[in-house]
Amino acid sequence: MAAMAAFDEMRSAADGVRAPYRSVASWLQHTPMEAIEAKRREVDAFYHRAGITFGAYGAVDGHETTIPFDIIPRVIAADEWTFLERGLSQRVRALNAFLADAYGAREICRAGIIPESQLLLNGEFAQLAQDLKLPGDIHVHIAGIDLVRVGEQEFYVLEDNVRTPSGISYVLENREVMMRLAPELFARVAVRPVASYTEELLNTLRSVSFSDDGEPNVVLLTPGHYNSAYFEHAFLADEMGIELVEGTDLFVDEGRVFMRTPRGPQRVDVIYRRIDDSFLDPLAFRPDSFLGVPGLVGALRMGRVNVVNAIGNGVADDKSTYLYVPDMIRFYLSEEPILSNVPTWRGDKADDFKYILEHLPEIVVKEVHGSGGKGMLVGPTSTKAEIEEFRALLKARPDAYIAQPTLALSTCPTFVDKGVAPRHVDLRPFILSRRSGEVFITPGGLTRVALKEGSLVVNSSQGGGTKDTWVLGARGDAAS
Amino acid sequence: MLSSTAKNLYWMGRYLHRAKNSARVLESTQRMALQSGTAEAGVVADVYALRTEFLARHPQGSLADLVDFMTLDDSNPSSLVNTVRAARNNARAERNNLTVDVWESLNGLWLEVAAQTRLPRAMVDRGALLELVKKQTTMIAGATQSTLLRDEAYCFLQLGSYLERADNTTRVLDVKFHRLCPDGDPRHGSTDYYEWSEILACVGAVRTYRRIYHSRIEPTRVVELMVLRRDLPRSVHHCLWQVDLNMRELAETYGARGEADRQAGALHAHVRYARIEDVFAAGLRPYLEDLGSRMAQLSEDISRQFLFD
Repeated sequence: MAAMAAFDEMRSAADGVRAPYRSVASWLQHTPMEAIEAKRREVDAFYHRAGITFGAYGAVDGHETTIPFDIIPRVIAADEWTFLERGLSQRVRALNAFLADAYGAREICRAGIIPESQLLLNGEFAQLAQDLKLPGDIHVHIAGIDLVRVGEQEFYVLEDNVRTPSGISYVLENREVMMRLAPELFARVAVRPVASYTEELLNTLRSVSFSDDGEPNVVLLTPGHYNSAYFEHAFLADEMGIELVEGTDLFVDEGRVFMRTPRGPQRVDVIYRRIDDSFLDPLAFRPDSFLGVPGLVGALRMGRVNVVNAIGNGVADDKSTYLYVPDMIRFYLSEEPILSNVPTWRGDKADDFKYILEHLPEIVVKEVHGSGGKGMLVGPTSTKAEIEEFRALLKARPDAYIAQPTLALSTCPTFVDKGVAPRHVDLRPFILSRRSGEVFITPGGLTRVALKEGSLVVNSSQGGGTKDTWVLGARGDAAS
Repeated sequence: MLSSTAKNLYWMGRYLHRAKNSARVLESTQRMALQSGTAEAGVVADVYALRTEFLARHPQGSLADLVDFMTLDDSNPSSLVNTVRAARNNARAERNNLTVDVWESLNGLWLEVAAQTRLPRAMVDRGALLELVKKQTTMIAGATQSTLLRDEAYCFLQLGSYLERADNTTRVLDVKFHRLCPDGDPRHGSTDYYEWSEILACVGAVRTYRRIYHSRIEPTRVVELMVLRRDLPRSVHHCLWQVDLNMRELAETYGARGEADRQAGALHAHVRYARIEDVFAAGLRPYLEDLGSRMAQLSEDISRQFLFD
């Protein structure tokens, strides 16, 4: 609830404006409201035009709703980013080590840190990935880690996304739009660029080919234009100059994957898939899937083609595994976690469960396997009836839920109907891991903003928007 | 490039030209009906081999029925609404391989045609709809010509376009010629100016005929112009020449040739070296039917050679 004193990323400073936001604040103050209105209209026009192009990828009648873009950037100071970068890199290295172990010897279970049942009984555990030796032992090539901020120094990891995280196309598009709209701001502030992401992604994908004979052939596998992220798939394939393929474009012959081209079959070395495990290969997973490629998992197991991200990663980003990530960092890296988890109560622990039931109006309850802001209860903004309804669900299946304190997510100034007002935000940075173990993180990431006053739900499906995210360079904000 | 891309572009070309050609045929048929009152709806349905389907749906079989059947009827796979939709769906899947200009002009056509389907039928101005399709497909052709990269993708788009056009000219000529000369002998047929000029109008060649022949419209010359002259863009010869050129371009790119290359070369030579006397000596109908089936064979060979399926 907004009533809780949320940390405002621009205003929460003794002398008025926090240092990283000085230029943005003075831009807001000195640009006449009409000029900003005009810029907003320009954004709408731009997105409408681009939106028709986006929509062309997906919607049946040529239109598709685009996620609202707010023109006031969210700013992260150079030293704040250095801290986040270290924490994110550490976390992703631990998740990679965990997945290699989870599908290998399971040392972490032998050491008594994670019960083996937590892995083997998890619906996301892929038996087919057992003892699979992947190039560089990398399972999470592309991670999206959701962060929230609650104070000057306080950041929490809300969620790890290590299956097929999406949103990077908005990061790249938002920056393009912002540079068109406010070139004068970029002249005053040293903002670290983001455009190299697609090149880094391509390098990452090429690095994990099993075969080292010749240039690896990388393709992007999409479920097709009815998928809501199809725009992103087409955008990334286009930017990387690789083929955007559907399952029917590929086939497996003698353990190798080929794509059909007018030249004849062409070998495929790495598949950046944007479809879920269960649809990937009807011979290995759901037999009714028409989206995948029969025999693909066989080819993967024979080391003939690599699949990015790896299969079975769901076992690592599940809300019940989330609880163990700090322990993973200690176990695999012998380091103390840099980024903290949100304190979490577990429905499957009697003491915790009791606490949850007693504090429903204050806390947030989430389904262990839920996603996208669905299947959750935000206590402080729910009615009595909603809370009671949820209590019944909880009692029926305590182990299907976890709970966390309601965090006062930080706010950023945002355009709303009545002018500029603070709105809650979160952040999803994108982390790439190469075969060498080297990690690349695009400065910033996707800032999602809850456009409704007081709302803490930033998901685009629930009325969220996005902002351009600025990480300041070493030169910082010239106005400071 | 993927085979599915080649396939989508090939079919985008075919559907687009199918739409364009049928708009032209319907327009000239309507025009002739106004001038000589002799148009028969069933004959036009024959061009698309849809007489049975048409009469089943419209037992009266009037020309207005035919226009309705061929424009907005969703149950007819060859109606404008269906061919434009198919072209647009093929294009949408290949958004990355088309320019904004090509996509927007094609999507614009689809949106306008789709808007017509939502109107009450009595409100639809069919003449304006045919005009729209003709005009907008010309825009698309212009955008294609002036903005698309000349790569393999372009060749497949051209292959589909020209093969469809050649096929359409063959069908129109076959059906309409034999309505005027039922026994295939031009000496025994109609001498009506309007009827012969209507055939030429179907391929937009009335004035061209005059420029080339400076004479009254003679049936043999109509056939010569529509089949054998290379300079008329909708003649069978012109289209098959372009098909052959695009096949050669692909063979050079891929460094390989197959059955489709042989067929394309043979078909091109077949019309290039034919004489009009020989065509009539062998009989126009068998000649055109042979052309039609060889073109259908070529389309299959293209699918096979470039792994469309």
